[in-house]
Amino acid sequence: MDTNPLDNASPGHGPVVALFVTCLADLLRPSVAFNSIKLLEQTGCRVVVPLQQTCCGQPAYNSGDYESIIPLAKQLIAALEPADYVVIPSGSCAGMICHHYPQLLDGDWRDRALQVAAKTFEITSFLSDILPIKRGHRAAIKLPSVTYHDSCAGLRELGIKEQPRQLLQELCDTELSELPQTEVCCGFGGTFCAKMPEISAKMVHDKVHSAQTTGATILAGGDLGCLLNIAGRARREGVDLEVRHITELLCGDLDGPAIGEGE
Amino acid sequence: MEQHSDTFLENASKALGNKAQADIRDLLGLFTPLLRNAAVDNFEHFEALRHHVKRVRQHSLDNLDHYLATYEQQALKNGNRVHFANSGDDLNSIVLDICQQHNAQRIAKGKSMITEETGLNDFLQRANLDVMETDLGEYIIQQAGETPSHIVGPALHKSADEVRQLFLQKHDLGERELDNTEDIVGEARQILREHFLKAQVGIIGANALVAEDGYSMLVTNEGNGDLCANLPPVLIICTSVERILPRAEDATAMLRLLVRSATGQSQTCYTSFYSGPRREQDVDGPLETHIVLLDNRRTEILASDYREMLQCIRCGACLNHCPIYNSVGGHAYGSVYMGPMGSVLTPLLSSLEESNALPNACTSCGRCAEVCPAEIPLPDLLRDLRHQETVEKITAPRWRIGLKLHTWLARNPRLYHWLTGVGIHLLHLAGRKRGSFRKLPLAGGWTSQRDFPTPQGKTFMQQYRAQRKQS
Repeated sequence: MDTNPLDNASPGHGPVVALFVTCLADLLRPSVAFNSIKLLEQTGCRVVVPLQQTCCGQPAYNSGDYESIIPLAKQLIAALEPADYVVIPSGSCAGMICHHYPQLLDGDWRDRALQVAAKTFEITSFLSDILPIKRGHRAAIKLPSVTYHDSCAGLRELGIKEQPRQLLQELCDTELSELPQTEVCCGFGGTFCAKMPEISAKMVHDKVHSAQTTGATILAGGDLGCLLNIAGRARREGVDLEVRHITELLCGDLDGPAIGEGE
Repeated sequence: MEQHSDTFLENASKALGNKAQADIRDLLGLFTPLLRNAAVDNFEHFEALRHHVKRVRQHSLDNLDHYLATYEQQALKNGNRVHFANSGDDLNSIVLDICQQHNAQRIAKGKSMITEETGLNDFLQRANLDVMETDLGEYIIQQAGETPSHIVGPALHKSADEVRQLFLQKHDLGERELDNTEDIVGEARQILREHFLKAQVGIIGANALVAEDGYSMLVTNEGNGDLCANLPPVLIICTSVERILPRAEDATAMLRLLVRSATGQSQTCYTSFYSGPRREQDVDGPLETHIVLLDNRRTEILASDYREMLQCIRCGACLNHCPIYNSVGGHAYGSVYMGPMGSVLTPLLSSLEESNALPNACTSCGRCAEVCPAEIPLPDLLRDLRHQETVEKITAPRWRIGLKLHTWLARNPRLYHWLTGVGIHLLHLAGRKRGSFRKLPLAGGWTSQRDFPTPQGKTFMQQYRAQRKQS
């Protein structure tokens, strides 16, 4: 049993950061979580991964099942609250915890949700605004040309726009070419893409082709939902586009296959 | 062809297949936000004014009974007749009665979403009245036998060439080319002018009702509203109860937001305040004026958790910025209101059962709320409607039960980690070579349009637990 949730923190004296891995990274792209730990440790944090975590409950919540996810929200709040900070490699899961948990809960639990919300950050925001990560004397990571997809929840719920771009500039040596209509949704929308696949396909088709017009080799983003959608569509259309989570770029972890690519 | 909200997905599918129409929508989706954003950026007080007007709107709605009574009193004092219509049918009957009292045959109509909502044109035409829409966009779709595809630009879905073909076919004016837009517009103007001069009743809408003086405000870009209001001897203003604002300055404050949000203009071409019938010293104006105030479930909405929807000023910015509206167009929604505002309003004005697809036509991207001048939390209201669908068991069982099961599993971390660990590892082994699946059981919605990327390896939790055991 995990008696003390902080037991598994990495050694040191820095603030304790609880990493909420997110279900998509846990299941489909563990490298996002490993790279997040690496980046956080570079800032001197002690990283802990609470073992009681699973999913933040967005699929049910966004589909309108508020009641079922209340116990799940409480379980996650209890798992995360002992840490000094909570960091999440996803804008939409961070938005869920920061904005939607407090709205869902009442009384004491609402206060606890607000306290957790106040110390919860999406990873690029944490590495820019809270404990800025510096390249120091290390050489910049050399990357091919990159375009960046702003995910809607990160952009509009958390105001994440400059942070990932600044980090790419600070840690990596690359040309960033912006997507046309970068603030338009890629059509993922959680269960939306499965409930209304044809409309979603039109949106993600547009996104894949916008990415092509930038001439960039890599499309990076901060949310796996969008990236799985974009990579999956690019694969289906036979479009050559390397889709990766921003944490992979910031760690120079480009050896393994990109999202949707074979070994 | 008439479309209904209960066949949203079929309507959308058809719309997506029409390449020419999709190209027009792509262009509009690109340009309308640019126009709005330029206008907002050039107006440094937008955010402050937006917040102020929202508070005024909320105050007006909180005290709707008071302001409606004041408005009615002032409007009566100005010589108007004021009617309250509980339902759309009531409004239609009131208008028909007025027309019949005056033996009116020809009606000149300005653009009004309320009369679209009540289906007034069809109703009057069934009583053999000659109703002509005089807003150019509305006139075009009336000639084409269509409904508006946009609340501000009803004929935005039509190309100039389609309008040309339509006019050549509908107007019996002999040989002509109509090969430029000036000529097309000129032809419509000529026909509409004749109608204005012969019309016995004018019908217009209102963008705001001012309680303190009983005036109504109307904005147009073509001046057709003023011709409808001033040339025929009888004027009927069809509007709804939530248009009310306390003071004239509130109406003009709202107007500053409305035009910038709607068309990116800083001022509409025509802004008019109508007080009532012609007074003794006036040289023109209608002899008799009626104001019909529609409720049609608005007071129910006011008492519900969706009351913020009544703050809507009908600018259309949420449509212009909605990636789903821009993908499928207005007709797919099968309602006079479309896009995010329509997806909230339509179920509230009709029934959630019938319109249950509309609140799901949303990725929660939040772009609508970002630009809404009335600060309506549209994605929240849409999600609340999905909540109501879940509670009322309107949501398809496979989604309702499937997601409940997923949430239940997520509440049992050990079981969740074990089960996902086994499943993900198998998926990884099956798909590692290709890197993605073209088909996957239980993910048909996803794989119908895109591949499913293969899991990278064992789950993070499996790997992490294994690492911890070693150390």
